[in-house]
Amino acid sequence: MALSKSLSIKIGKTITYTILILGSLIFMLPFIWLLRSSFMELGQIFILPPEWIPKPFRWQNYPEALTSAPFLTYFLNTLKILIFNESGVILTSIICAYSFARLRWPGRDLIFAILLTSLMLPYAVTLIPTFILWKMLGALNTFIPLTVPAWFGGGMFYIFLLRQFFLTIPYELDEAAYMDGASPLKVLWSIVVPLSKPAVITVAIFNFIGVWNDLLGPIIYLSDPDKYTLAIGLSVFRSMYTAQWHYLMAASVVVLAPVILIFFIGQRYFIQGIALTGLKG
Amino acid sequence: MYKKSSLYSSEAKWGIILALPAILGFLIWTLGPMIASFILGFTDWNVVSSPHFVGIGNFKKMFVEDFIFKKSIYATVYYSVGSVIASIIFAFLIALLLNQKVKGLPVFRTIFYLPSITPAIASAMLWIWLFNPDFGLLNHILQRFGLPRLLWIYDEKQVIPSLIFMSIWGMGGMMVIFLAGLQGVPQELYEAVEIDGGNWWHRFRYVTIPMMTPTIFFNLVMAIIGSFQVFTSAYIMTSGGPNYASMFYVYYIYLSAFRYGQMGYACALAIILFLIILSFTLVVFKSSPYWVYYESARRR
Repeated sequence: MALSKSLSIKIGKTITYTILILGSLIFMLPFIWLLRSSFMELGQIFILPPEWIPKPFRWQNYPEALTSAPFLTYFLNTLKILIFNESGVILTSIICAYSFARLRWPGRDLIFAILLTSLMLPYAVTLIPTFILWKMLGALNTFIPLTVPAWFGGGMFYIFLLRQFFLTIPYELDEAAYMDGASPLKVLWSIVVPLSKPAVITVAIFNFIGVWNDLLGPIIYLSDPDKYTLAIGLSVFRSMYTAQWHYLMAASVVVLAPVILIFFIGQRYFIQGIALTGLKG
Repeated sequence: MYKKSSLYSSEAKWGIILALPAILGFLIWTLGPMIASFILGFTDWNVVSSPHFVGIGNFKKMFVEDFIFKKSIYATVYYSVGSVIASIIFAFLIALLLNQKVKGLPVFRTIFYLPSITPAIASAMLWIWLFNPDFGLLNHILQRFGLPRLLWIYDEKQVIPSLIFMSIWGMGGMMVIFLAGLQGVPQELYEAVEIDGGNWWHRFRYVTIPMMTPTIFFNLVMAIIGSFQVFTSAYIMTSGGPNYASMFYVYYIYLSAFRYGQMGYACALAIILFLIILSFTLVVFKSSPYWVYYESARRR
């Protein structure tokens, strides 16, 4: 009995690891394919059966791809949008979440519940009137439509996530500070925010990825190639260099790399943060 | 006592001021546009001329004349059902395995998670290349195993299954949420089953599944809402083809509004999308008492 049990545990472990290793290999394969194509000569890319090691190792694909379209401009544009968007999201989502989590005011929970319904709303429903609004305000082909809305709480998803976290901080800390005559803003700044770094970092990373990856927004609002972001830049690049897979893959790696970098920097907090969104509250 | 009440009134004042950005944001970017969409959906506005009220004309056109609309509903529902079911099963399976106290958990978790944060444009480019019928990796693998080559996204029948297959690659967010849920299942429950002589199936069936239903519910709702709004793969990879087989709904709204300039019609399309997503979510919500298990309900 004891033997068969330890044996069955062993078999179970073996199956678990086999599936996990096989699965992660399959999940890695597209990335490996991407990387190997990005370092190959075009001729080698089309060899059948496919080869895995680039020979010769053509790192020049990267400078060549990046200079064949104004990727530096695209990058700077993306960066500008990121900075204005990110600062708005972080600042306003923190103060809104703080209000919903820790300040008592009439109608607070009802209003929070109403605002939360916007999470369920398909963005396509608000897309066209929002576009018309920006058109009337003369803000088309500027970064305003892609940055200003971030200063209005940054979206309920982030407020929800921060609120979940703020609720776990003992309220006695706030009360002690109030006794010393602190204002709510002071409590937020000196007690709540320092204790909530993981959640704030999670929001910052989520939003970084969201802005970096956004395609529909820039497509709709930016028409002048000087204003393009990396995401549209890449899609335009594709239509210009249809079969130049080595360049297309090199450019894709460049667009992908910062996201992976940011993920690794903040991974510890980030994984916690995603887990937090799934908890009921 | 006096001091305390002034404290509360100042707290309320601050509370409202600090919540104001979110409240204004909701009015300007959500409620306002939503109402506007519902009004514009009953007009023939095409940017050039001023809008005219056409009653239910747009909806009549949709259901009677517009065959692309029907194709796009079919494509979107097909994709949504397929990708939601496939991704949830796969994400749950991987999370279950990762929850077996495996060595190297952070490495595995990162590998399975990374594809989900890959910029949609980059993963679209990558997958076009993987799907390439002549030189792509996938056909090469099929051939290795002696299977027939496929046309993938270049065939009317294969395009949606191909995109569903691709969507499994992006299931990482769900998997992390499942994993967190699994780690929150109290160990005593498993031990109780073991004391009663239960095996792994009993543990899975009578502890894991019931305790995980709230997490499954959350992932299901979010996945439905997300998958109905798929856009990039149609925009970059297929242009809605071949023969409109991947004309995803949001892509069709985009085309109607920003290519053809039919703002009124596009708003009407958006209203229908809203109703479809709402009804799918309502079905899931209404069914939840029958299968979602909440601890607080048990205690009652």
